[in-house]
Amino acid sequence: MNRRFFIRCLGVAAGFLLLPLRAFAARPRSAFESTSKDDALTELYGTSTTTESGQIRIKAPDIAENGAVVPITVKFDIANAESVSIIAEHNPAPLAVSFELSESSGGLVSTRIKMGKTSPVHAVVKADGKLYRASKEVKVTIGGCGG
Amino acid sequence: MARKIKIRAREKGGVTTVKFLMKHPMETGLRKDRKTGKKIPAHYISDVTVSLDGSMVMTAYLGPGVSKDPYLSTEVKGANKGDTITVAWVDNMGEQASADATIK
Repeated sequence: MNRRFFIRCLGVAAGFLLLPLRAFAARPRSAFESTSKDDALTELYGTSTTTESGQIRIKAPDIAENGAVVPITVKFDIANAESVSIIAEHNPAPLAVSFELSESSGGLVSTRIKMGKTSPVHAVVKADGKLYRASKEVKVTIGGCGG
Repeated sequence: MARKIKIRAREKGGVTTVKFLMKHPMETGLRKDRKTGKKIPAHYISDVTVSLDGSMVMTAYLGPGVSKDPYLSTEVKGANKGDTITVAWVDNMGEQASADATIK
């Protein structure tokens, strides 16, 4: 194997390594860097105007003893839902997670988030270009961001 | 370095519930090392994809505000028992992992 061939092999190998990364290109980076709920929503969806909806239900503890692990479940019954985001308003970076849905997605997403202090948790669902929201206050006794 | 992903996918009445747990430190970048006083650099899973038999059904973008060893769950319609669910993630340092599971 000569030098030129070796370098070409490296190039091909690097190309293959980069391929799977490219599939993730659409991450809304600036939304995760936003420090307020409204900024995050604007970066994410282009508007921070939300309509409160009874079709979204947040299941979260009233009091989270450990802010490092707060289980949040969002159930929603909204047609053409495209995206669901979970926002802990008083966190240093409020946007915790954003789910991009497809036609085969059902009406449930669930995860566990960190919370620095007591804060309302918002679930925002985007459907047909509109934003629907449900909120729930979660009291935190021991914060889970930094320390 | 390969990190573990545990997946559980169960079909009931046409809806498949997919639950998965990914091993990851999820450092926020705000925490300080107690001994040196230096900040621990942020290290978190940024993107997660869930695929059903190779076609994507959900993408989740995570921030550092998701708990250590992230647990996510979602529902997928139109999947059958025996189909393959694939979960793949990439983190902010370019590390990645993926795992498959069969729907039960």
